[in-house]
Amino acid sequence: MSTPQALLELKDLRIAFGGQAVVHGVNLCIQPGEQVALVGESGSGKSVTALSVLRLLESAELSGQVLWQGQDLLKQTPAEMQRIRGDEIAMIFQEPMTALNPLMTVGAQISEVLQLKKLLHRRDADARAVQLLSETGIDDPERRFGAYPHQLSGGQRQRAMMAMALASEPKLLLADEPTTALDASLRLQMLQLLADLQQKTGMAVLLITHDLALVRHFAHRVAVMEKGHLVEQGSLQTVFEQPQHPYTQRLLSSRPTRAGLVDMPPLETSPILQARQLQVRYPKAVPGIKAWFQKHHFTALHGADFSLLPGSTLGVMGESGSGKSSLAQAVLGLIPFEGDLSFDGHTWQGSPARDKAVRKQVQVVFQDPYGSLSPRMTVGEIVSEGLRLHQPHWTAEQTEERVRATLAEVGLEGEGFTDVLNRYPHTFSGGQRQRIALARALVVEPAVLVLDEPTSALDVTVQKQILELLKTLQKTRGMAYLLITHDVDVLRAMAHQVLVLKSGQVLEQGMAEQVLGDPQHPYTRSLVQAFPEING
Amino acid sequence: MTAANPTVFPQQLSPSARAWQRFRRNRLGFGSLVVFVTLFVLSLGAEFLSNDKPLVARFEGQWYFPVVQTLPEKVFGGDFETPADYLDPFIQQQLHKGGNWALQAPNPYHHSTLDYFAPLPNPAPPTARNWLGTDDRGRDVLARLLYGFRVSVLFALALTLFGVLLGVLTGAVQGFFVGKTDLVFQRFIEVWSAMPELYLLIIFSAVFEPSVGLLLLLLGLFGWMGLSDYVRAEFLRNRQLDYVKSARALGLGHWQIMWRHVLPNSMTPVVTFLPFRMSGAILALTSLDFLGLGVPPGTPSLGELLAQGKNNIDAWWISMSTFVVLVVTLLLLTFMGDALRDALDPRKVDA
Repeated sequence: MSTPQALLELKDLRIAFGGQAVVHGVNLCIQPGEQVALVGESGSGKSVTALSVLRLLESAELSGQVLWQGQDLLKQTPAEMQRIRGDEIAMIFQEPMTALNPLMTVGAQISEVLQLKKLLHRRDADARAVQLLSETGIDDPERRFGAYPHQLSGGQRQRAMMAMALASEPKLLLADEPTTALDASLRLQMLQLLADLQQKTGMAVLLITHDLALVRHFAHRVAVMEKGHLVEQGSLQTVFEQPQHPYTQRLLSSRPTRAGLVDMPPLETSPILQARQLQVRYPKAVPGIKAWFQKHHFTALHGADFSLLPGSTLGVMGESGSGKSSLAQAVLGLIPFEGDLSFDGHTWQGSPARDKAVRKQVQVVFQDPYGSLSPRMTVGEIVSEGLRLHQPHWTAEQTEERVRATLAEVGLEGEGFTDVLNRYPHTFSGGQRQRIALARALVVEPAVLVLDEPTSALDVTVQKQILELLKTLQKTRGMAYLLITHDVDVLRAMAHQVLVLKSGQVLEQGMAEQVLGDPQHPYTRSLVQAFPEING
Repeated sequence: MTAANPTVFPQQLSPSARAWQRFRRNRLGFGSLVVFVTLFVLSLGAEFLSNDKPLVARFEGQWYFPVVQTLPEKVFGGDFETPADYLDPFIQQQLHKGGNWALQAPNPYHHSTLDYFAPLPNPAPPTARNWLGTDDRGRDVLARLLYGFRVSVLFALALTLFGVLLGVLTGAVQGFFVGKTDLVFQRFIEVWSAMPELYLLIIFSAVFEPSVGLLLLLLGLFGWMGLSDYVRAEFLRNRQLDYVKSARALGLGHWQIMWRHVLPNSMTPVVTFLPFRMSGAILALTSLDFLGLGVPPGTPSLGELLAQGKNNIDAWWISMSTFVVLVVTLLLLTFMGDALRDALDPRKVDA
């Protein structure tokens, strides 16, 4: 594999934190101009590996060799490393808002790099910065030059970051999840831009990602990491078509599928949930004395009509800021709304006591498995809380029996879960926590379950397991799901009906096959294209 | 980065139990706690450690417990019905002749004992008779310190409890209900915190008879605002977390959610500040006593001793010993607070 002119070569790179090894001997080689993807789930050590190349982790204990054009970076002085960082190897990060200095204009930040690394004069540096910005395809580069990071959108910020990384004309660009913080429709664009710039400058790119769809679009060569081990590497085709390692095979087959989804009930069935002209408004701050006399509102959701049939799934698709979470919270009666909303003829009254009966019908599972469980309650307390409220006359044994049965239903039973009721959330993994959150919702036997991005914080292999579980539960319990997501793959696998939201407006709605198979609105089309349907 | 080492923390421990484990591993902080609690418990039994009345006496075939009994001099062969002065050489002689005996406390002076039989003028320097000397009224300094320490710590505990209850309650209500409730409370706190506390104390100590209870009430009424802001901020942050939304979706009432979900997760600043609030309260009481605005005359107090030390600058034993007690107390509390802050630091929770 290794050739004398390799640009970067990792030889048995080991990384440990406080004596605990997190990367166990990685061998990887990058040739000039190559596009390599380092793939793995969270905790696989992929980001740590990339950061260690630049020795950016202060507390990490490194051993092995990192050969940059033949010289070992682990043996360089800090001053020497500083020259190599940015000068020869540049990096772009996942979250551009935190990687850019909020008090400097993006132009000044790019220009600063040019003045420092390329020793340009202020005026030349500024001109070059504008040129770099325009190369990244940012619209109106002269104006963006003087903009502060918060004045740019997510995509524009990521472009500015890229311009900054390219300013010193590096030979290698480390891109750590460069598109994860972006909306789906922007991801492919950004990747295309990265590929174009790579072509133009001839630099090598190491793309670190968990997103296999991106890898397919971008990389020449793929390396797969699992739990600190590099389990497989090879050309894109070999790895994707003939994966050797079982983990790679699992990763590749982790795309959710529609198999096992229950059939949609006939359309004439009376809906369990019906919304007419559902509208959500938030009060908006008005500057100055005017605020004393008038109230302004920001409308997050403009009049949505939809209905949910028992035992079916309505998928609500939208990007951040589309109003999909407002819709979910309005359905749950957690925020004030206008318009009609009825569960089998009942609606929210606005007080915990009067809403108790309806609460039992509608439950929710949130996105973040870490924020959705109180860290100071045991699993038993968390799951039984709904029963204690809604079945107060039950005995302690009855309650515990139901809690255990529900936990078993979501797959938390058997070996390793004997003492599950007395454990605290921090002892569980993300996927297991999501199962606990699901059990908490299921224990009161709701008819409607609102799933607010239930899998987007999970690794792909775990995501598939959770989606399979949700399908099984829908089959056995006949529950209706209101599934909020930005992920077309998840919708394809789960939804019977789809509603597309953008900026609070319903753009398109209808049967899943129709909306996802033949999108009418250009925006829907761009979203669907960002998640191409791949068979196999 | 990775899961905690199971040998360090058993996995099923609750977050507070794990914080306690971390606190215990901090030797300075935990040691301070042990020393402080020991000192406090000892001072609670001050009557048995430092008292002019013997603990047990055997007098002419009878058992007596002067420490809990008030006995007239006549019992021990004296002339009067007045309570016996056990420092009187005559009584001492009576108690030790024949088969009689008496078990004295290690330091045979109460904080209010005036030694009429002292060989030296007051204030007397440390001698074998008074280990830390006497103050300008002839009272034993060690006894004054012991009882004064007890008063200070008890006062600080009560004041802290009072302040924490008020602060948590008001902070919780503001942070959870937001909107108008929050607005009204915040304005009230701004007005309330603008009141000149010291002037009020001076005025009140002129109007009412000074007492520990009054002092506690006044200091308590002004001491909760800082904590209230912290609790309010924690509630504001926690109320919009997903687990609170889930609880609302389950149908729990406001107070249930506050009590079961938000409050346990908002206690970190409260607990972290406890030792610092304690030391603040001790210092507040000491300074007020020093100025003469604190506890009523006669009550043993560290501030009053400091004031005596200032007035009798030659009697170095008064000011030095009080200074040492104050410094040690505050230092112990500060070490505890530091360790507690580290133990509850969210960044170190999973390390």
